[in-house]
Amino acid sequence: MRALTWHGKHDVRVDTVEDPEILNPRDAIIRITSTAICGSDLHLYDGYIPTMQAGDILGHEFMGEVVETGPKSTLLKGQRVVVPFTIACGSCYHCGKHQYSACDNGNPADNQDIGQEMYGQPMSGLFGYSHLTGGYAGGQAEYVRVPFSDVGPIVVPDGLDDDEVLFLSDILPTGWQAAENADIEPGDTVAVWGCGPVGLFAVQSAFLMGAHRVIAIDHFPHRLELAKKFGAETINFEESKTYEALMEMTGGIGPDAVIDAVGLEAHGFFVDNVVDQIKASLFLGTDRTHSIRQAIHACRKGGRVSMPAVYGGFVDKFPLGAFMEKGLTLKTGQTSVQHYMPALLNAILEGKIDTTFLISHRMGLEDAPKGYKMFHDNQNEVTKIVLKPGLPVAAQ
Amino acid sequence: MTMATDDAPPTTSKLKEERANGIAAVTQSKGDDLIGRSVTINRPRDELFAYWRDFSNLPSFMDNVERIDILSDTTSHWVMKAPAGRTVEWDATITEEKAGEWIAWTSAEGADVPNSGRIEFRDAGARGTIVTATIAYDPPAGVVGKVIAKLFQREPAIQARRDLRRFKQLMETGEVATAAWTQKQRDEEKV
Ligand SMILES: NC(=O)c1ccc[n+]([C@@H]2O[C@H](COP(=O)([O-])OP(=O)(O)OC[C@H]3O[C@@H](n4cnc5c(N)ncnc54)[C@H](O)[C@@H]3O)[C@@H](O)[C@H]2O)c1
Ligand SMILES: [Zn+2]
Ligand SMILES: [Zn+2]
Repeated sequence: MRALTWHGKHDVRVDTVEDPEILNPRDAIIRITSTAICGSDLHLYDGYIPTMQAGDILGHEFMGEVVETGPKSTLLKGQRVVVPFTIACGSCYHCGKHQYSACDNGNPADNQDIGQEMYGQPMSGLFGYSHLTGGYAGGQAEYVRVPFSDVGPIVVPDGLDDDEVLFLSDILPTGWQAAENADIEPGDTVAVWGCGPVGLFAVQSAFLMGAHRVIAIDHFPHRLELAKKFGAETINFEESKTYEALMEMTGGIGPDAVIDAVGLEAHGFFVDNVVDQIKASLFLGTDRTHSIRQAIHACRKGGRVSMPAVYGGFVDKFPLGAFMEKGLTLKTGQTSVQHYMPALLNAILEGKIDTTFLISHRMGLEDAPKGYKMFHDNQNEVTKIVLKPGLPVAAQ
Repeated sequence: MTMATDDAPPTTSKLKEERANGIAAVTQSKGDDLIGRSVTINRPRDELFAYWRDFSNLPSFMDNVERIDILSDTTSHWVMKAPAGRTVEWDATITEEKAGEWIAWTSAEGADVPNSGRIEFRDAGARGTIVTATIAYDPPAGVVGKVIAKLFQREPAIQARRDLRRFKQLMETGEVATAAWTQKQRDEEKV
């Protein structure tokens, strides 16, 4: 089959590799019909995530048609399914508590050593996201092997297009969990850093959860426009100072809850950001963390911090003092996608949530390397690229 | 002068050398400095004991065991994978056991690689059962044997920890997780 493979920093290629096979009783093989490039994939593309190996197949947001099933799979050939990016067994202690992203068993035993050493406990398995999280082949390919297919994938009802449900695989539940982690109360003002897919879904979700006002922060005018469409007020951090603007907009109180949907590639020439970049390039393992620092600084006393954004290593100058003195609460984590999928699918069916607005580009799998470059270079206009293995190569 | 120390994880140590070791440990995992030979399995104690007590089941999660033949209620014949596609074999005897709680075994007199093991099962309430393994090998030709073992990732501490994780996976999910996507790849991983 053809698959998008990683070969190094800014080097991804479409290669011919072997077709996946059923290896375990609960497996299914899916023929991919749609798969998206995610902001998290850019972290791999930019070489920020350790334990990648040349030839790794990327992609953790995907859906398609069931073409083969193991004896213990509950899926049927021909069914259309969306697959969660977290690989969870459904039967361990954590899965029992619906902490699917903390599943004990999704990550192969040998790979768990790295996570145990780095984080104290091994990470769960994720598709297409380095060997730290299993080294699983991802879904930016024609076919993918899906473990625990009786627990993860959700069957799509007839009449819904791929584009309407694809984002159930990651970013829609992630935006939703981000808002849920902000413990929003009626009347609250919520500030969201980053108007990428995760931030934009967090904006929508925050309103659905009863936020009175949502303030969205970014520097891309087009992305800020999209946030406005959902009713958010916006701050362009290149035009105004985020902290001052937030204090002004909240009558000197600060937002009740803050959401960091930026992550370790925060843009902008802030002093601490530049220091972080130098350190990161020296491999001191420091993440670039301007957005989370700023979010904590701006949050009101006793407020809540939600951090869907991904960090991998260690952080300098984390405002621990502000965090403690103001009595803040922080919630974070990889999304427990399986937990949110059924309710969010219903919300889509009922027309409460629309996800198609996000897709700016659709292209064939063979064009994926071009897609990565476009997404990397032009985040203003490129909000989401969906790869469709069925589509022909675009004319040059 | 005494050196400042702290008990933070090595990757965050204030000491440059410690930190470098910590980062090296992350990027080139050696494994043998990790502990963790206990694991909590979300299944009843008796079920886990029964599965383990039938030694012919062990190869399903012990990657370096090719086959175990049952000779009698307390004796078995082990065929282990060794470097260069060879095998090492020995007979083992269960020396002591308490039903549902623990099993101890040891290789018979004259084994090429004298070894012994002990597995314990303790109730962990709503979380299932805590399983603790202690496995001791006495490799051939002392140091040389150990070097060979290390080269082939057969270091007992690493092996025991990974075997326990696979045992947990098998008992909790009915299968052993793999990231391979073809059977060929999976077989190569186990060599
Ligand atoms: N927790 C999870 O399970 C999970 C799942 C998916 C994605 N993520 C993470 O969520 C984050 C966002 O994902 P995405 O797909 O929306 O990414 P994205 O890169 O498309 O969007 C990030 C946005 O942040 C903006 N930004 C950069 N620096 C900023 C700053 N200083 N202040 C305000 N905005 C700034 C960028 O302009 C961009 O629009 C990433 O870190 C991603 O890895 C987490
Ligand atoms: Zn994603
Ligand atoms: Zn689990």
